[in-house]
Amino acid sequence: MVQLTLPKNSRITTGKTWPKPDGATNVRKFQIYRWNPDDGKNPQVDTYFVDMDKCGPMILDALIKIKNEIDPTLTFRRSCREGICGSCAMNVDGINTLACIYGLDEVDGDVKIYPLPHMPVVKDLIPDLTHFYAQHASIMPWLETKTNRPAKEWKQSIEDRKKLDGLYECVMCASCSTSCPSYWWNSDRYLGPAALLHAYRWIIDSRDEATGERLDDLEDPFKLYRCHTIMNCAKTCPKGLNPAKAIANIKQMMVERQL
Amino acid sequence: MADVNRGNRPLSPHLTIYRPQLTSMSSILVRITGIAAFAMAFLVAWWLLAAATSPSAFGFIDGLLRSWFGDLVLLGATWAIYYHMLGRLRHVIWDFGYCLDVKTSENMAVGMLIAASGLTIVTAVAV
Repeated sequence: MVQLTLPKNSRITTGKTWPKPDGATNVRKFQIYRWNPDDGKNPQVDTYFVDMDKCGPMILDALIKIKNEIDPTLTFRRSCREGICGSCAMNVDGINTLACIYGLDEVDGDVKIYPLPHMPVVKDLIPDLTHFYAQHASIMPWLETKTNRPAKEWKQSIEDRKKLDGLYECVMCASCSTSCPSYWWNSDRYLGPAALLHAYRWIIDSRDEATGERLDDLEDPFKLYRCHTIMNCAKTCPKGLNPAKAIANIKQMMVERQL
Repeated sequence: MADVNRGNRPLSPHLTIYRPQLTSMSSILVRITGIAAFAMAFLVAWWLLAAATSPSAFGFIDGLLRSWFGDLVLLGATWAIYYHMLGRLRHVIWDFGYCLDVKTSENMAVGMLIAASGLTIVTAVAV
């Protein structure tokens, strides 16, 4: 349900301001969301100052520098540092993106970093994605076939393979789903842009033979139809994909199969 | 409606930190103008009912609607109806699978503001 304010235990307080680096001339201010599950306090926003002359170009470089040199307790997920693992998804400067492929020069002024919006926080910038992954699992993200297994591989024409472009590239970083106001208010029943993009990826796969069952499963007032084409998903996707279009395509297939 | 069980975990901030986008603002405005137009329908119904009730009842609501304040409200309602209509039209276009890329959607969001204002001015001049 639409709840515009944060629950009591989630309200943000002003946190610690960490000292500026000695002798640095090109300093940038970072304001980062912190929450420690062990101290019983509310979340807070800490302020850090980073020497830009000795920092890499990306948001993730700055985060790693802060963790290495200022505050080793700062917690965030990261792995590949090249936008393919999807671990470092977070809210930077008001939009969701991958910290590793978002440039510090793309942000004007102070850098504000929060965890992905409207998610339970595990610690600092780490959201609990359990429910998000369960929703992905619920759309059967695999090839469902009924005919006998062919002697070699399941073949696909070049044209049919092309239909998967713009879909298979998704790295499940959850940036899109957590940018969606409809997902904020209805994530318990609405599948959200990421899971629906994946659903469409299997629906239009020429080798999949469960299209009808997949559409049946989505024929629900909440699972699919809570998408109101707000387009935050497509706008924020760090991989440049368009879940809104994938969802619109599913809605079209729902109508077409009734004609 | 049941929320996702978060245990004692805080909920990360959302509305207050997410930067408003052209498309999201346009989307919520379609909803707000829809509610405004619905509220306006009650005023019009009141006006018609009053006309069928008594001269004094009609005089009151008619005077209200014809005052400068009434003009302002009706002008706003006209804009709301046009904007809402264009928003619904945009949904029809989207439902046919067109104009779903980000750039076009943003252009439509701006275009709707201009078109609704233009249509309102035309209506105001004509009436």
